[in-house]
Amino acid sequence: MAVSPLTQTPAPVAQRVPLVELRGIRVSFGGVRAVDGVTIDVYPGEVVGVVGGNGAGKTTLMRTLSGARPPDAGQILVTGQPVTISNPRDAKALGIETIYQTLALADNLDAPANVFLGREISGAGSLNDAAMESATRKVIGRLNPNFKNFKSPVLRLSGGQRQSVAIARAVHFNARALIMDEPTAALGPAETAQVHNLIKQLKSEGIGIFLVSHDIHDVFDLSERISVMYHGRLVGTVNKHDVTTDEVLGMIILGKPPTKLTSQELAELHG
Amino acid sequence: MLGMVAALAVIWIAFDIVSGGTFLSPRNLWNLSVQSASIGIMATGMVLIIVSRNIDLSVGSMLGFLGYTMAMVQAVWIPNALGLGFEQPYTWVVTLVIGVLLGALIGGLQGFVVAFGGVPSFIVTLGGLLVWRGLIFRYAQGQTIAPVDTTFQMLGGGVVGTRVGALGEWPSWGLGAVISVAIIVLQIAARRRRRRYGFPVRPMWAEDLVGAVTCGVVLGTVWVANSYPLPINVALQVAAEKGIPVPPGGIPTGVAFPVVIMLIVTLVVTFLATRRRFGRYVYAIGGNPEAAALAGINVRRTIMLTFALMGSLAAISAAVQTARLNAAVTNLGVQNELDVISAAVIGGTSFQGGIGTVPGAILGAVVMQSLRSGMVLLLVDSPTQDIVVGIVLVVAVGLDTVFRRRSR
Repeated sequence: MAVSPLTQTPAPVAQRVPLVELRGIRVSFGGVRAVDGVTIDVYPGEVVGVVGGNGAGKTTLMRTLSGARPPDAGQILVTGQPVTISNPRDAKALGIETIYQTLALADNLDAPANVFLGREISGAGSLNDAAMESATRKVIGRLNPNFKNFKSPVLRLSGGQRQSVAIARAVHFNARALIMDEPTAALGPAETAQVHNLIKQLKSEGIGIFLVSHDIHDVFDLSERISVMYHGRLVGTVNKHDVTTDEVLGMIILGKPPTKLTSQELAELHG
Repeated sequence: MLGMVAALAVIWIAFDIVSGGTFLSPRNLWNLSVQSASIGIMATGMVLIIVSRNIDLSVGSMLGFLGYTMAMVQAVWIPNALGLGFEQPYTWVVTLVIGVLLGALIGGLQGFVVAFGGVPSFIVTLGGLLVWRGLIFRYAQGQTIAPVDTTFQMLGGGVVGTRVGALGEWPSWGLGAVISVAIIVLQIAARRRRRRYGFPVRPMWAEDLVGAVTCGVVLGTVWVANSYPLPINVALQVAAEKGIPVPPGGIPTGVAFPVVIMLIVTLVVTFLATRRRFGRYVYAIGGNPEAAALAGINVRRTIMLTFALMGSLAAISAAVQTARLNAAVTNLGVQNELDVISAAVIGGTSFQGGIGTVPGAILGAVVMQSLRSGMVLLLVDSPTQDIVVGIVLVVAVGLDTVFRRRSR
């Protein structure tokens, strides 16, 4: 198999400014560098796959952008402007929404309360639950027409329905950039297809998406570019049309860019 | 909640039969309502503490400390230290305000250590239990502070001369009417709102039933309170003062002030818990603390506020208890933390966090107090009472856990 040339930082349109850029991000836990000088970016209307093995630092990197864990070093730029994101509220104020792998739902609250958690609608000194339920019915109705349990605690919902609540929370507030951490890990085939359609739709609306996933096929289906991490470092960012799945697998497993992979190593990946 | 109402009904009817009709007499129910009030007031705050996965073991000691301080304010500081004299018209308000603020301060201090210091609330408030009680003994030197201001005494529901710590007949009916109308208006407003958004609504008969039952409970409570006449010597004095003869049935006492205070506290804390962001965040933190933080909620501030609220509620209960005793004693509020936590837990608050209601806790307080009061009527000794209450607590929570697991 021929090795394709690696295109460095291939932007869809070269002169445009990235929507979000993470530059030289470093995160340490104790003495361990979980993320070590990683630079990635996403353009409007683009999906960037973020892949890597367990413990590669994908989720930790994304948590710096969502405000869950401020980076120890490095810079975050939104539309070219340096910004400070020190908590989740900062990220949301910048239009950066996150769908966490754990979903981060309060199980004892109902869907509207979860969708609006931290951003409740209130008037006349008290919460307006009816308005929140109405908005939630609209946004979830678009994602999952079968969803009916707007009044029960999300604890009682199925995995797919819970996922719908988490996604609804991220897309309802006119996000500019979206972080999706393993959005289909808990889903069946039909629900996975729904999420794929949603990603395509959001992309067409000009939203930039970081898609964190273990599933190399999902990533190839949905993203334009793929950033591969290995032991906290960025192996490289490749344009999906320039590489094969095997080459990306090589980057994930061996931590080497495709140009440095030997044909023997590639062959071994096939086992 | 329905299960608890049923349990309460069983307890009441059983005690009434065994006591030969004494338990459900207006006199006993009136006393029961007053005894439940001081625990019920604190239980509303304990719900929020436990819902957010914390505990406050210091409420009894805080109550003692605050009660003692409030007694000092009206019996020593205002009259002697400031030289303003006893029985000033403002004495009771100033005392209460100082108590509530000090309660918020010391509760908030404990909350600060829990939320920002990261020390488990069990430990912080266990420390508080010792510290506040120790402080009372240190500066009271074992003395009882008495008497308190006579207007302040009204907060305890007692009688001083011709002044009675209760609403009296017509104001009680008025209160009942106002609450009933408010319930119906809120119910109609909620239904209209759901209609406007096109949401499914309950069938009309269910709405009517809920409205009728809640208004029935309110008006029934007023009726019972009004069926309890003032003691005859008090009634004679009151009648003489007004220049009227004592009516044949005696002069109705009406709803006691401690109960009125408990009602107001219940309404306010329920509103905070269900209609305000603060309450929503308390429940979210209890359900999933990490999710709450990721949603941008200021978890630490919210936790600290629950403890501050608990402190001010302890102050209100302290006022009721000091007023009732007409004195601050050094062991005021000893073991109250156990009754308050039990009331919240019997009322359906879960130690898993995220689950519990304020009205449930009030019901829990009434259940607890009914057990105690019933056993007192039957001349059961105090150690046996403790044994029974202890078993009931464990059984109630055990049953609750079983049902919860099944409903999943």
